[in-house]
Amino acid sequence: MEKLILSGKIWVLLDREGKLIENIDTDQIYHNAFLHITDISKMGQYALGNLEGWKDFPQKANPGDIIITGRNFGAGSSRQQAVDCFISLNIGLIIAPSFGAIYFRNAVNCGFPVLRCPDVADLVECKKLKTQDEIRIDLKKGEGHNLTQNITFGFQPLSSVQYDIYIAGGLFSYAKGQKKG
Amino acid sequence: MTVIEKIIRNHTQDDVKPGRIVWMDIDVRSARDFGGPNVAKNYEREYGSVPVEDSSKTFFTFDLCVPACSLKYADNQQICREFARKQNIKVFDVDAGIGSHVLIEQGLASSGSTVVGTDSHMNILGAVGSFGQGMGDVDIAFAFRAGKTWFEIPETIKVLLKGKFSWPVSAKDLTLYILKKLGTKKGALKAIEFYGESVKGLSLSGRITLCSMVTEMAGIVGFIPECGDLFRAEMKELSDREYIHFQPGEGASYADVVKIDISGLVPQVAAPFLPTNVHDVSELKDVKIDSGFIGCCTNGRTEDFRAAARVLKGRKVKKGVMLKVVPATRKVYKELLDGGILNDLFQSGAIISNAGCGGCAEGHIGLTGRGEVQISTGNRNFEGKQGKGKTYLASPVVVAASCIVGHIASPEDL
Repeated sequence: MEKLILSGKIWVLLDREGKLIENIDTDQIYHNAFLHITDISKMGQYALGNLEGWKDFPQKANPGDIIITGRNFGAGSSRQQAVDCFISLNIGLIIAPSFGAIYFRNAVNCGFPVLRCPDVADLVECKKLKTQDEIRIDLKKGEGHNLTQNITFGFQPLSSVQYDIYIAGGLFSYAKGQKKG
Repeated sequence: MTVIEKIIRNHTQDDVKPGRIVWMDIDVRSARDFGGPNVAKNYEREYGSVPVEDSSKTFFTFDLCVPACSLKYADNQQICREFARKQNIKVFDVDAGIGSHVLIEQGLASSGSTVVGTDSHMNILGAVGSFGQGMGDVDIAFAFRAGKTWFEIPETIKVLLKGKFSWPVSAKDLTLYILKKLGTKKGALKAIEFYGESVKGLSLSGRITLCSMVTEMAGIVGFIPECGDLFRAEMKELSDREYIHFQPGEGASYADVVKIDISGLVPQVAAPFLPTNVHDVSELKDVKIDSGFIGCCTNGRTEDFRAAARVLKGRKVKKGVMLKVVPATRKVYKELLDGGILNDLFQSGAIISNAGCGGCAEGHIGLTGRGEVQISTGNRNFEGKQGKGKTYLASPVVVAASCIVGHIASPEDL
């Protein structure tokens, strides 16, 4: 299935010192000043709008791009907009060593792929994942391939619920499918 | 089984083990004025006018921008009200205060229950032995209709606290100290059970303070399985029922046990821009402040304001410093009025607002401007969270003392 293979150029969220940014919270991803917006198509322009060094991300990002970030991505509030803003920009997926619990659920529930990859920080540190590298992710096999550098890496496979909800295209579609079955 | 495993076991047909994903029944489903409009929008898009699973278990709680300060928020609240009217759902409206606290006061979040809402500090309900969980608007719309949701059962860790504390050290200092020791890794995605004489005796207010900041520890929920007479009496008064405290079963299995010695604990302050960046108050005495904030779901109970008033009574907030006071709920507001505490705070120069989530989200009062330094009883000091200034996190008495002298201070410095 086409949905199970994703490829795109990556953005590695580094700080000014070149370190992978950890604990990026939902206010840095999507500030609470814009929570009144309910139209997803209008949310993309504010993605990472409060993250130092990345405020121009919505202008730089292209559909299908992949975000690589540090641990505990999406810490903080329960706002769905912090996921929706990336859907709005057609970002392909987000890879991090770990995610905030609510953030992870929110992404799973709207069928947006988020991958837990414990090695990602080391890969970034060794420059095996660099901004604008092209990578290919096989969700089913749990395998990543940096096509630019010809390096492979693994990640935590999707849980059965995450997989099923993702294939269905979100929690609502998944639940409807369950009822019919 | 640990506390969370026991609660989930009572709400699912599935096998309960850490790491397993179960479908879990939800006793209380709520949404607030942020997130709520999208819950209504998602619901109507997916389910049209089909009734919610159980309207007596479904609530809106407005607490973020109350009463609305701009048209966009007023519109959003009205979307929720109209949806609630159609669905016969109760709204705790702009007068009520912080939703999670209202659910406790109303006895809706009871020991052993499961509760969800669009508030990342919904796990504050761990304070009363309830498994509260913040979720996004897709999740909540689904729970409104299905009455259940999926959940990955977390592992539980045990935190054993050795030693006691006394005035001016409070539950907030204990919480910040635990945050300093645990960081955001040890408790990440785990349930946390806190033990020790310092937490066994905590009041409802103190329990709320500790459990609210489990979110900042990156944990799922925190519980304090032991309790004393004070807390039992408070709970009985709220719900008019005998309080049954939820405890782990024998042979409960823990992923980790962390021992923390709190002997000699002094007031703690978290410096910008991380709640884990915690220091003894004496290390930060050179920091001049422009404003103070007392309130928020972490420190917005009557006991918190009583402690602040003990410091502020008969004293004045320093000229040029503003002190903002926001009670958690209307019930707290009334207790402050009746007890004369509001008068003490007012006489000291504090600005007193109606109940709500002030000091955290842009909406209710309490934003900081560029260059402004604030000391707050809140739970987050992330960059840009409450405006463009810098926020230090501390207890109500440290905020009060700091506002009197104009720099970070403990009541003992006065």
